Amino acid sequence: MSDPYGRAALPEPRGPVSAMLREALRRAPHDLPAGPPVDFTGTDPLTDEDLQLTLFLCYELHYRGWQGVEDAWEWQPSLLAVRAIAERRFEEAIRRLAGSQPTVSPDDLPAALHRLTTDDEGPSLGEFLRRRGTLPQFREFLVHRSVYHLREADPHSWGIPRLGGPPKAALVEIQMDEYGNGQPHRMHAELFRTTIDRLGLDSRYGAHLDAVPAITLATNNAMSLFGLHRRLRGALVGHLAAFEMTSSLPNRRYGDALRRLGGDAAATRFFDEHVEADAVHEQIAVHDLCAGLVRQEPALTADVLFGAATVLALDDLFARHLLGAWAAGRSSLRSTASELVHLSAVVSSVPRAPVTARSS
Amino acid sequence: MTPSDCPEPAAATITPYPDGPLIVRGDFAVIAPDGRQIDAKRRTIALCRCGKSALIPFCDGTHKALGFRVDTHPTPVESAG
Repeated sequence: MSDPYGRAALPEPRGPVSAMLREALRRAPHDLPAGPPVDFTGTDPLTDEDLQLTLFLCYELHYRGWQGVEDAWEWQPSLLAVRAIAERRFEEAIRRLAGSQPTVSPDDLPAALHRLTTDDEGPSLGEFLRRRGTLPQFREFLVHRSVYHLREADPHSWGIPRLGGPPKAALVEIQMDEYGNGQPHRMHAELFRTTIDRLGLDSRYGAHLDAVPAITLATNNAMSLFGLHRRLRGALVGHLAAFEMTSSLPNRRYGDALRRLGGDAAATRFFDEHVEADAVHEQIAVHDLCAGLVRQEPALTADVLFGAATVLALDDLFARHLLGAWAAGRSSLRSTASELVHLSAVVSSVPRAPVTARSS
Repeated sequence: MTPSDCPEPAAATITPYPDGPLIVRGDFAVIAPDGRQIDAKRRTIALCRCGKSALIPFCDGTHKALGFRVDTHPTPVESAG
């Protein structure tokens, strides 16, 4: 069995740019062909499969890398140039989507974050899953979320060396908990692996990349964009705060959904843990991390709100994508055959309790 | 003033967060009335202040759904040193 934490296989291309890049990555680092300008054909960068996969291919080189791809590609200048073109379009799109935020003073930032996250009236994926989601739908939801949760907390860790003093201590306090306070079995990514193992899904890092659509990649790419650009450190901490502020209550619903569908305590622990953990993280993220940062750098206040608004706006699109597909009787994934039917790809060393939907 | 100007005040600290839980940090234990120790599971915990958490004594975020408000303006304590 391959290393469950190791590099993922290169995903299949989704258009001319990701095809060119994927082909190049399989060879030794070299300058990408200087030909026609990089052209993404999609009208909306957020749903442009080619653009989102291109970004993901580039960003992953900074995380764990790809199977069969040389490490030196990470800083190959012509690849970074392609990435910059995709990033410009992506950042413009999320700034448009997030909309303009009111100008607030650093002292009013916690209240502004609170307003932003409580005024959100997007569709509730948690409520749908809790009340009437089916087991196949819940599994689809986990496949989407696996892209993030199998490396949970990693994108925000890019912020640590960019901060100093109280906000740095706050970010580390949150991340320590995300990473299990030194106990591997308590790492949130590990709890998630247990959950999807219990549901018979492949829990290897990056296992489901080919199945997830552009919007799912976009939610991940936004974190990488904020994390990898120091100029966006305000957006990164705002993103984390909104993440934590909109987590406790939805995770209770996800946990309840999985219990209703027959999930045992091991399967639901990931969600149950987040209800409690994120109630702590939320306070630290808002008052110590975000407010702490803008006390040092008041000019970052607007970017903190931008990062927070990005979470809400992308989550809204993500929820609409899933609920819309399900309402139309379709799968929300790009391919279901390889992901949801092929259940025995991983033989878990943990005895797997059967998870069955109730007959009602 | 930097944090190093503020020596650690005690083995554990309790911070009332605005309209939210009490955050406890440091060397502490959570003990039930019958003397049992409750597994806090993490180094920093949030104790429920609105009384409506489903995870009492810990916060589960319910206070937000209820619009829980509390006027928290702790008086800054003058440093003896």
